[in-house]
Amino acid sequence: MIGICGYGSYLPRFRIKVDTIAKQWGMDPESIKKGLLLYEKTVPNLDEDTITIAVESAKNALKRAGINPAEIGSVYVGSESHPYVVKPTGTVVAEALGITPDVHIADFEFACKAGTEAMFVAYSQVKAGVCKYALAIGADTSQGAPGDPLEYSASAGGSAFIFGSEKIVAEVIETYSFTTDTPDFWRREHEFYPKHGGRFTGEQAYFRHIISAGKEIMKRAGLTAKDIDYAVFHMPNGKFPQQAAKALGFDLKQIEPGWIVPWMGNTYSGSSPTGLSATLDIAKPGQKIMLVSFGSGAGSDAFIFRVTERIEEVRDLAPKVRDMLDGKKIYVDYGTYAKLRGKIIV
Amino acid sequence: MREVAIIGAGITKFGEHWRKSLRDIFVESALMAIKDAGVDHIDSMYVGCMSGGLFVAQEHLGAFFADYLGQSSIPAVRVESACASGGSALRMGFIEVASGLSDIVLVGGVEKMTDAEDVTFALATAAEQEYEVFHGITFPGLYALIANAYMKKYGLTREQLAMVAVKNHKHGSLNPYAQFQSEITIETVLNSTLVADPLRLMDCSPVTDGSACVILCPLELAKKYTDTPVKIIGSGMATDTIALHSRKDITSLRAVSLSAERAYKMAGIKPEDVDLAEVHDCFTIAEIIITEELGFVEKGKGGILVEKGETSLGGRIPVNTSGGLKAKGHPVGATGVAQAVEIFYQLQGRADKRQVKNARIGLTQNMGGSGASSVVHIMEVA
Repeated sequence: MIGICGYGSYLPRFRIKVDTIAKQWGMDPESIKKGLLLYEKTVPNLDEDTITIAVESAKNALKRAGINPAEIGSVYVGSESHPYVVKPTGTVVAEALGITPDVHIADFEFACKAGTEAMFVAYSQVKAGVCKYALAIGADTSQGAPGDPLEYSASAGGSAFIFGSEKIVAEVIETYSFTTDTPDFWRREHEFYPKHGGRFTGEQAYFRHIISAGKEIMKRAGLTAKDIDYAVFHMPNGKFPQQAAKALGFDLKQIEPGWIVPWMGNTYSGSSPTGLSATLDIAKPGQKIMLVSFGSGAGSDAFIFRVTERIEEVRDLAPKVRDMLDGKKIYVDYGTYAKLRGKIIV
Repeated sequence: MREVAIIGAGITKFGEHWRKSLRDIFVESALMAIKDAGVDHIDSMYVGCMSGGLFVAQEHLGAFFADYLGQSSIPAVRVESACASGGSALRMGFIEVASGLSDIVLVGGVEKMTDAEDVTFALATAAEQEYEVFHGITFPGLYALIANAYMKKYGLTREQLAMVAVKNHKHGSLNPYAQFQSEITIETVLNSTLVADPLRLMDCSPVTDGSACVILCPLELAKKYTDTPVKIIGSGMATDTIALHSRKDITSLRAVSLSAERAYKMAGIKPEDVDLAEVHDCFTIAEIIITEELGFVEKGKGGILVEKGETSLGGRIPVNTSGGLKAKGHPVGATGVAQAVEIFYQLQGRADKRQVKNARIGLTQNMGGSGASSVVHIMEVA
């Protein structure tokens, strides 16, 4: 049996409301909230970046895994906001966690699916017998250009998963990846903010890949939406995952535990992984969870997990996602937000 | 002047054609029209297209389309008149056949909008750059100014505006070529995203890819190709100031009434003789004002006309049975020709579920900018 033996998340404490952003740009907040099903999003502090978010979430995963960090043989960090263009994120993270030097490390980038990509490879490393434990992290301080619709969603946060063959809380029972060359969203070197293909990012990109991946993994596992207890889909806004769920035969109750985007925003590489983390926070032993990510460019990674008895022992050992979302939070105005996100360039 | 008839039509499905290019959709509708007419050649071609350059970086469209249609060597010209490009191309084709210069003329309209990086910018080139666009206004903004002034002057209600979209979506639900084939309610419109107060998303026509073509020939040759040709009995065009602020009254669209007057005069008919019309409802407020300018109802009563259901299918004067720009879609350069395709199908009795019974005279009204160009054609069962 191979699966997740520890999981953890981290979300910054600062928030900005959709109303605040809309007001700044002279937009009607009610239309945006209703259209995108987004209400507020996390904002990183000045001293928070993908590395600190990755470290914090991995610390929480280690608490639940209850293992010696030195036993981790692979560390993979997926993000589209690695602090350095050249110089890895993973080395800093592994050093901070006490995993170095007997370890293989890599940074991944694949728009919003870099996190599940790290999970895919970490799982494969354990399955191949290369290492006893492998750590996968999806974390981002995602960028949305001032005034762009992305600004309502692009937020900060991440989740970490330790894969292994012992101490399992959620067994991997199937994986599948669906990938094509679909240029729906990109950011070239030396550019601050990504560009996107507007409506092209919907049907042709998000829905095609998520639905294809979801259908195929269920087929391979011999399961239908009725056999699966919970589903988590990448959450660029509140509406898309609901539509994807319906298209695949899930009802909204099945995605509800992981549907955190209205209050978290889109944490890009940390989006669907944090939805999985929130679902593990409440799932019961024996229940099945399907995870389907989406990364522009474009592809979807899909996993089906079966939760084990051990979940009950570990889930209270680290902060739960909903507690971080609903707990102490500080709302900032647009000026503070612009300062924190480095949008003021002098 | 020779009498002119439409003998065949073709149209692509309107919508988001992510896997088709500008040339693909034009050729698709052109071949469909050629087949429908049963002609073995075309003598010349006019294609309406607003902005191949800004939408997909392709200009020189006359030769471009003739080439991909396998017709290089024929005279072929692209006609541009902003969103009235299609109607203007139809007028050019009409003039060419009427003058005796050509017998078989293909008139096309096409636009590939979804590939564009900045559709709003491209469309705004139809307004006055120096005095309107540079100050930040876009077309929804211009029509919102018109709507606010009109509502204040005539007491048009927000709900009446919404009724235009509701009606056109209902009609669109019966048109297999329409981009939106779903019905909506007044609440759908009132709850949609605010674009430019008072206009909401569901008051606005969408961004669309699509192409439409018709084949024209002299009436005397028409029976050789079809038993049911449709005569073009009137063609009128007019222009107005390009900037909205230059007009004496922004609650009326003078180019529309002038172009209609000219077309009615040529056709020798009155507004009450018209059985159905396809009009340029780029925004809901436009349809309200246009129905007045065309003489279907007195000034200030356009809202009541739609509220009473007189412009719905089955009403006194059905308007936009195709779904109009709102529901059928608005590939800007294609719209004027697509309107002619709808009237052609209606007058031939080929409009299926949206057929207007006993329709003998139909009218198309195609408009550019905030009403600076308007082209009206009147067609009759031959």
